[in-house]
Amino acid sequence: MLHALEGSQAIAQAVALCRPGVVAAYPITPQTHIVENISKLVADGKLKCEFVSVESEFSAASVVLGASAAGSRSYTASSSQGILLMAEVLFDIAGMRLPVVMTCANRAISAPINIWNDHQDSMTVRDSGWIQLHCADNQEAIDTSIQAFRIAERTELPVMVCMDGFVLTHTLEVVDMPSAEQVDSYLPPFTFKNKLDPKHPLSLGTLVGPEYYTEARYSLHRALEKALPEIEAADADWAKICGRAAGGLLTVEGPENATTAVLAMGSVVSTLTESNEMLPGNKRVKIIKLRSFRPFPIEALQMACQGLKELIVLERAFSPGLGGILGTEVRAALAGMQKPPQVRNFTVGLGGRDIPMSTLSKLINAAKAQAPGGFAILDVEPERLPPEDR
Amino acid sequence: MDSTKLKQEIQERRRQAQSAPSESMPVEHNMAELRKLQPRYRGLEAGHRACQGCGEALAARLVTEAAGPDVILTNATGCLEVFTTPWPQSAWRLPWIHSLFENSAAIASGVEAALKAQGRKTKVIAQGGDGGTFDIGFQALSGMLERQHNILYVCYDNEAYMNTGIQRSGSTPHAAMTTTSPPGKERMGKRHLKKDLLSIIAAHHIPYAASASVAYPADIRRKVRRAVSIEGPTFLLIHSPCPLGWGIDSEISIEVARLAVQTGLFPVVELERGELTGVMPIRHPRPVADYLKLQNRFKHLFTDDPRAREEREHLQALADHNIEIYQLKGDGMDALDTDGADTVRRGGMVD
Ligand SMILES: Cc1ncc(C[n+]2csc(CCOP(=O)(O)OP(=O)(O)O)c2C)c(N)n1
Ligand code: SF4
Repeated sequence: MLHALEGSQAIAQAVALCRPGVVAAYPITPQTHIVENISKLVADGKLKCEFVSVESEFSAASVVLGASAAGSRSYTASSSQGILLMAEVLFDIAGMRLPVVMTCANRAISAPINIWNDHQDSMTVRDSGWIQLHCADNQEAIDTSIQAFRIAERTELPVMVCMDGFVLTHTLEVVDMPSAEQVDSYLPPFTFKNKLDPKHPLSLGTLVGPEYYTEARYSLHRALEKALPEIEAADADWAKICGRAAGGLLTVEGPENATTAVLAMGSVVSTLTESNEMLPGNKRVKIIKLRSFRPFPIEALQMACQGLKELIVLERAFSPGLGGILGTEVRAALAGMQKPPQVRNFTVGLGGRDIPMSTLSKLINAAKAQAPGGFAILDVEPERLPPEDR
Repeated sequence: MDSTKLKQEIQERRRQAQSAPSESMPVEHNMAELRKLQPRYRGLEAGHRACQGCGEALAARLVTEAAGPDVILTNATGCLEVFTTPWPQSAWRLPWIHSLFENSAAIASGVEAALKAQGRKTKVIAQGGDGGTFDIGFQALSGMLERQHNILYVCYDNEAYMNTGIQRSGSTPHAAMTTTSPPGKERMGKRHLKKDLLSIIAAHHIPYAASASVAYPADIRRKVRRAVSIEGPTFLLIHSPCPLGWGIDSEISIEVARLAVQTGLFPVVELERGELTGVMPIRHPRPVADYLKLQNRFKHLFTDDPRAREEREHLQALADHNIEIYQLKGDGMDALDTDGADTVRRGGMVD
């Protein structure tokens, strides 16, 4: 049914439809409205679950670790400093192969403290072993949240659903909220074979020495690679139920014959797509919306880049002392192609700086001037820098 | 010990504490001079962006006024941090550092260690809201106390996470409404009790731990001076209303804070090395309902719902329990802090 909902409210309802057994979360802007909405559903008796109002994100992540290990479908949500405080636990959840789902309402990282949107938080834990899926709008966020439980439970990997803080979490959009029947037919009740159970005692989180550590980590890597078809299948099966897909691993839009493409993740894709439609026909580019950042869909990306001369990677984070993170990964991923496109790399929109419609044209022009292997922050304002950095 | 004897002993200790020489500030001579030049010393300037009637803003001003200029402050993430330092402005006249939400006590430990290494006598005051103190920063605080750092930790207790929009904390009173403890078909607000932090702090056997309320400024000043005069870890919990979060008009902020004390819901006490050594007496305890009914966060307790009456009685029982265990019922002294009220009007203290 169609509803006008705030992004966070929509996520809370979508999560409730998945019937989690345990929810633990700690407030942090811009994730807070999600926790508040879930609290309300619990208080009104509309969501029957154990809601644990923890005293920190460290405990939020630890509670869902424990709950998942004990065999309950478990959910948490956070942002920014909260994700960083969870970091130690996040690696552990993935290493133990626990199918936890969480929403990351993407926000910038301190210092300086800033509550607005970019992708530095989820980027910082990209090596934790979590699947990371990015959403371009609130409908995708709803559908991806539901799919996330299925992906997590089939792959025994945790899934982080990334949605832009404020831009999506605090925006009212008309969305189609699936029915309980639709979700129930898609998502079977949670059963977890490795759960803590006195009838079949297992030891989780054991010490592993040099003889097996490499193999344990390799298996985690393989599990993420093997998750690629699961992510595609989860989306295709969902589309059969509700007639709508959320973007598989990645999607490509724009003219077939365009030789320039812009690749991005998250809500900026919607801005780029709209600006692209306003360009004259012969100036239009392809827009590649990368949904699965982990696992990184190398093959699918190479296919999407066939025939391209230039690929502009636009991202919302960077690695100080190196440059773009996504850009660096895309360059590596395309290195094996016969005729790879030239990859240009820009960061934009840090800490909530607005990304206007004019960004696309500015980007296309700036790309022409960028040296091979280059990187730049597109919207840095020189007059706001100290003289030595201008 | 029977209750009259305990009461007598408390009163005796209070008299001693009030005449103790430790009242004066242990500042170097030049700092004392500096203070004379600035008779209305203010560590926190006006013009910051707190809401009208913000208890925290008033309490922080009183704390820094009383502690004087030879101080370094640390601050946990929270309202106080946000409303005092929107870049490129700062309302602090003292050196001040904010790092994260959970580490105010730990960065203060580091600052104090460096001062020790440099042989400097500057006092360190760590600050946090109740979320940053009762909950996420609790581990760092416990470590700071256990290691005996020479730091005064001040918690501005507004009983919820206000900076992120009123979520429950370990300090939120039982049955209060917040956005993460909403009343509904299955709930009457917060299910759990307010954490008895002061007892936990006292169990660290630190030299001095006390509670205070913004409704009693002179008491805050006395306690701050006392605390900073002690070499070692000290702790002050200041009850600080938040008009936005409690759902009260800003002009009754102080009145509401005073009622929290007068009902016994927020006991104002002093503990030395874990022993109770002083209490602010209540001459005529007020019914808890007088306090609750002024605030929106307890609105659901004044409905026809039978659970509402039960929760009100529960809160009354908690207040009665406080009055009993801390022997709050006093006769001789009046808890009305007229000196303080005057100071608030003047906007500073002339020492
Ligand atoms: C690790 C981490 N988690 C969450 C937050 C978000 N956050 C910032 S301030 C705050 C609440 C502050 O509450 P409190 O300590 O009670 O201080 P108040 O704002 O009420 O004065 C929260 C949840 C954060 N900054 N860092
Ligand atoms: S929200 Fe509350 S604590 Fe924060 S500045 Fe306003 S009154 Fe003070």
